[in-house]
Amino acid sequence: MDTGVFPPNISTTGHVVDQLFWLATLLTGVAFLLIVAALGYFLLRYRSRPGRRAYYTHGDSRGAICVTSGLALLVFLLIDVNLAYHDHVAWAVVWGAPPSAREALQVEIMPEQFAWNIRYAGPDGIFRTSDDVTTINQLHVPVNRPVIVQLSSKDVIHSFFLPNLRIKMDAVPGMVTSLYFQAKQPGTYDIACAEHCGFGHYRMRGFLVVEESAEAFNAWLAEQTNEGSPDLSWGWQWAVSAPRASGTPGAHPPSAGARAWSGGST
Amino acid sequence: MSKTLSGQSFWRRYVFSTNHKVIAVQYLFTGMLFLALGGVMALLIRWQLAYPWQPIPFIGQWLFPGSGGAMTPEVYPMLFTMHGGIMVFFAITPILLGALGNYTIPLEVGARDMAFPRLNMLSYWFLVVGSVLLLASFLVPGGAAGSGWTLYAPLSASTEVTPGWGQDLFILGLALDAVSILMGGVNYITTIMQLRAPGLTLRRLPLTLWGLFYSAVLNTLWLPIVASALFMVLCDRRLGTAFFLAGPLAPHAGGQVLLYQHLFWGFGHPEVYILILPVWGLVGDLLSVFSRKPAFGYQATVCSMLVITVLSGIVWGHHMFTSGMNPLVGKAFMFLTITVSVPTAIFFLNWLGTLWRGAIRLTVPMLFTLGVVFVFAIGGLTGLFNALQTFDVYIHDTYFVVGHFHYTLAASVLFGTFAFIYFWFPKIFGRHMNARLGYWHFGLSFVFLNAVFSVMMFLGLHGHMRRIADATAYEFLKPVQHWNVFLGWAALGLGLSQLLFFINVLYSLFKGAPAPANPWEAGSLAWTVSSPPPEHNYATPPRVFCGPHEYGVPSLTNGDWLSQADPQAAKLARS
Repeated sequence: MDTGVFPPNISTTGHVVDQLFWLATLLTGVAFLLIVAALGYFLLRYRSRPGRRAYYTHGDSRGAICVTSGLALLVFLLIDVNLAYHDHVAWAVVWGAPPSAREALQVEIMPEQFAWNIRYAGPDGIFRTSDDVTTINQLHVPVNRPVIVQLSSKDVIHSFFLPNLRIKMDAVPGMVTSLYFQAKQPGTYDIACAEHCGFGHYRMRGFLVVEESAEAFNAWLAEQTNEGSPDLSWGWQWAVSAPRASGTPGAHPPSAGARAWSGGST
Repeated sequence: MSKTLSGQSFWRRYVFSTNHKVIAVQYLFTGMLFLALGGVMALLIRWQLAYPWQPIPFIGQWLFPGSGGAMTPEVYPMLFTMHGGIMVFFAITPILLGALGNYTIPLEVGARDMAFPRLNMLSYWFLVVGSVLLLASFLVPGGAAGSGWTLYAPLSASTEVTPGWGQDLFILGLALDAVSILMGGVNYITTIMQLRAPGLTLRRLPLTLWGLFYSAVLNTLWLPIVASALFMVLCDRRLGTAFFLAGPLAPHAGGQVLLYQHLFWGFGHPEVYILILPVWGLVGDLLSVFSRKPAFGYQATVCSMLVITVLSGIVWGHHMFTSGMNPLVGKAFMFLTITVSVPTAIFFLNWLGTLWRGAIRLTVPMLFTLGVVFVFAIGGLTGLFNALQTFDVYIHDTYFVVGHFHYTLAASVLFGTFAFIYFWFPKIFGRHMNARLGYWHFGLSFVFLNAVFSVMMFLGLHGHMRRIADATAYEFLKPVQHWNVFLGWAALGLGLSQLLFFINVLYSLFKGAPAPANPWEAGSLAWTVSSPPPEHNYATPPRVFCGPHEYGVPSLTNGDWLSQADPQAAKLARS
């Protein structure tokens, strides 16, 4: 269902995020309507009139205490626990089942002020080798194939945001963070920087191109000139197992790369 | 000007004063000045987003002569940085803690002044020096700070990316302001605990004072942390340390970028409660006064405030769901955050319970109080969306967050500020404010404020990032750009409506009808002294016989309420 509230969802898991929103909207909407209805009714019904005296109560009777405790329990169970449970389930779908490194396309992204440096492992499937393919601001992925992105940063914090896939992850200097996704609809979409990174933050735009087929993607990858590839000044070794659902500081620090950029070569 | 009763010169009495009422007024006008300044910055920001890179009408040529009157990419981050810093630390804090706290605490506890009057004066002058440094940052080469008011490292902490001295001045200004607030906090806590009049037990304290008390506790606990973090940022910038630097920008290894965020939000999240707690207290008191009914569930309200005060210190991680922090930690932060809804629900129950079967008087301060209840309902409930980890990953750093925290920090706190000023103005200055202007001010503010901040949230749901200077740079934001235009005009409407308020204050200061000691028929101690109060409030320590909310007392024939200082309350009142 496209309500127009969100940009079109092209992710296999994006609808889970949207559903969580509608559930929270329903629950908080009911609470809001109850508050506003009571507020409106009381203001109309209990306006001050000559001779009218308010009901003298401090709201600390046994009945009031029961109502207060009951409301607290109701809010806790119906809203808090309910939402936390649904978030837990949604999280498991969106972030809790990373694809194996074998089936997924692996991409490294190393943003800097104000561009996205993107790196593919190339034919050998290993990063920081001479057949790596690098692009700037152009992230091409095949449709219907899981993609794992690992992020770090050359300077300040940036945030890798894919609005049409309902995910983002910060790119933090000195750390490797990661996310994964699977696009189900070919086309060209925006990559946005969501963390303020300096005066050019607003134009730090990249392009996510979802290729129509694996062949189209491979053809594109083969076309890429290798001009960036011999430059081994960034990139990092991937852990043998698939990355965790989210970045874990220190899991595999980009130390090799990190020291290399400042030195300028390996 | 002639010497006063106590023989002080003009300078000692009105400028370098140790009198809490004078200091409160100094805070009030300083805060209002910065409120206006921060508001104008917001309007410039909204113009840029509505009409990117177009010359700004009227003031553009004067502000940006180099670019033909249009905003530049370099200036835009300075504006949102200074807007945030000014509004939080130099507008709302001085008004709600500095003015409201200073004015009401000694009067309401029946004291002649604050516990530490000289510290009180020092606190105000630290704010003045801090604000001078802050404003000076616009004049130094490179301009003001542009790292966002949150000062995220490494952007704020490395001179390679933010070379200007404006960044350093901003940090120093904030640090001085932090010291100022800290001194105020110590003073408030001591005064409330030590200088209460005989009979004024903690259970008889006005709710406003409870809010100010918890707020002061949070300030004294958490401000030193953010002040230290800011100092470490300064060391990273100028002394070659690397507390918060990592990667190529770091001069040497060992820094942790995320550490800064933990330290900042460790203070930053309590900060929103620091600002809203006094408002919650004020709402409780004013609903009671103007419903002519005791505050419903007084003890439950005070306990809920305590619970939130405790919770506020352990929920900061919800600002960091996308930061690379371990998601398991995020889960704990999420659950702690959404449990804030339980004490909040009790506030709403008690506020509505106070109105229930009351005799409601819709005065101007009451309208603003009801306005707080309405906008805080929106602000509080939308907080749940941000707390949900999976959903927050999508809306983090978008206008949804901006809309949400403006509903709490701007809308609720601003309405609370206006409720405070309209309610206390007669006591402070001995003159009434103009009610007709006040009604118009409320009506227009209510409409425009909701227009501005609700549309922000819709933009955020569409993915509109915050802190971008030009949304038209993105394809996916083109369908919603017309809402940015709408927002620009709604914000202008909101800004212009505030002129009614400033006119009202100026007019009433000199021409307002003289106010009696107790124009609102309020029960707390402050309203037993003249308007404005004598220099040292009480000639003899007052005695307190009941709680502050004895309205609608059944057995009374003359009026419907009891003052806290009324001896017959000992027999008639239930609190």
